[in-house]
Amino acid sequence: MRVLSARRLRSTRKVLLGVVGLVGFLVVWQLIPTLGLIDPEYLPYVTDVLARLVEEFRDLAFWRRLGLTMTAWAIGLTVATLAAVVLGTIVGLVPLLRRATHTMVEFLRPIPSVALIPLAVLMFGLQMRAALVIIVYASFWQVFVQVIYGVADVDSVARDTARSFGLTLRERLSYLVLPTALPYLLTGLRLAAAVALILAITAEMVIGNPGLGRMIELSRSAGDAVGLYALVVVTGLLGLLVNLVFRFIERRSLSWHQSVRGEEVL
Amino acid sequence: MTPYAGEPVTPYAREVVSGSRFRGAGIRIAAGFLFAFGLPFLALVVWGVWSTRSTNRFFPGPLTIGEAFVDTWVGRAFLDDVLPSLYRLGLGIVASIVVGVAAGTVIGLFRWLRELLEPLLEFFRAIPPPVLIPVAMLLLGITDSMKVVVIVSGAVWPILLNTIEGVRATDSVMTETADSFQITWWERLWFLVLPASSPRIMTGVRQGLSVALILMVISEMFASSSGLGYRIAYFQRNYLIAEMWSGILLLGLVGVLLAVAFGLVERRVLRWYHGMREVTRA
Repeated sequence: MRVLSARRLRSTRKVLLGVVGLVGFLVVWQLIPTLGLIDPEYLPYVTDVLARLVEEFRDLAFWRRLGLTMTAWAIGLTVATLAAVVLGTIVGLVPLLRRATHTMVEFLRPIPSVALIPLAVLMFGLQMRAALVIIVYASFWQVFVQVIYGVADVDSVARDTARSFGLTLRERLSYLVLPTALPYLLTGLRLAAAVALILAITAEMVIGNPGLGRMIELSRSAGDAVGLYALVVVTGLLGLLVNLVFRFIERRSLSWHQSVRGEEVL
Repeated sequence: MTPYAGEPVTPYAREVVSGSRFRGAGIRIAAGFLFAFGLPFLALVVWGVWSTRSTNRFFPGPLTIGEAFVDTWVGRAFLDDVLPSLYRLGLGIVASIVVGVAAGTVIGLFRWLRELLEPLLEFFRAIPPPVLIPVAMLLLGITDSMKVVVIVSGAVWPILLNTIEGVRATDSVMTETADSFQITWWERLWFLVLPASSPRIMTGVRQGLSVALILMVISEMFASSSGLGYRIAYFQRNYLIAEMWSGILLLGLVGVLLAVAFGLVERRVLRWYHGMREVTRA
């Protein structure tokens, strides 16, 4: 009982300190233009930005733009994940393929996806499809590499046992490979979700297909600092939300796994 | 621990090979070479043949791109565009590492500070880094230092957060030992905290590197009259397809070189760690 209340005390302290930090940041932000350290034209008052944020949330056009960005994000992430899981499983299961593709993967993976923006624009013009090329390319590698590790990580004793019991390929995939690779896959998926969001917004900024990113670029070129900061805050919240959702999915679907169970015991 | 390197040779396999050791080694080297370069070579050949037959203007053959590469990047453009880009990239990376590790160590050492800043840091990390480019343009104008600031403001978060996590997770037995030996604060930092958190720091640096490269390219595409990103966008707008491809190739090379350099540094810095991992696994 005593341990429990001590723990609760610690967690309230944590929440309280976090809130203090957040409020402190907002106060400092408000003070900088008030004291004239930076011209409010370049760093607007936090109150103005928050007011604009509320205004945007009431605006239907804002939600439509958000919807476009998230549609590109969802399509890109899905395509990349499906391709990466299929290819990663095949390559990961066959050592010969793994060795043969190694150099190719190590060369293609570090190419910054934004380098492909000009190519995508040439191929598809200023549309969502051009953005999708970038999103898929960037998030594919995150999942692909994790799946290869995961599939190759199957315990050798378990593999030999499965072989001597004569499990079919399908049984081996679902009872042996999938449980081993799932933690890796979900890590890759979480990373890919964040990367896909970054590139969905970046593509809109650079290519100019409609969405939140284009709105950011438009408010910059129009000199609308308040709108710009409000949208930056929105993208931060969006990133936070995506991160939280995928962390939650990870915990839920790995509740049987040592890494999650171990945390709860402590 | 190098991710998917070849499987270690088992004792059994070694015995078999040693039967005809000389020829076996030769074959093994040849096979390794074939595995390493076979597929890329095959892909290049297929691409080359395909490009001579196809009429698609957007995918020139590898030979055309190779020629364009030499014409475009060897000479003045290297000084005017490539070096400034790499300079900004290098400066940004070094600054991110210094700021990230220094701030991360301080935040990681004090629990109240960590709890105070945690929600804020989570939020800042969640902001897609390229979004900061317009903000930096507004605050600093279109300058060189703006681009470095953009690179730092994106690449510093993974380093910072991983350092905090690494410092926080320092082995308690070791900290208690350090306490009872009463080593000074500096010694403690240098011999205990930083080495103990270095695996996490290196993880953060690796993530930071790719973010930095992305930001270098986009900040130049956005607001610049020189640099790699600017050149590639310029070629695309003027329909210089082969030149554009050569720029993409160059960026790819920069990415690969960065990854290789990081791999070398990591192996050096974390030699003790990988050695320890291998011992515990055996």
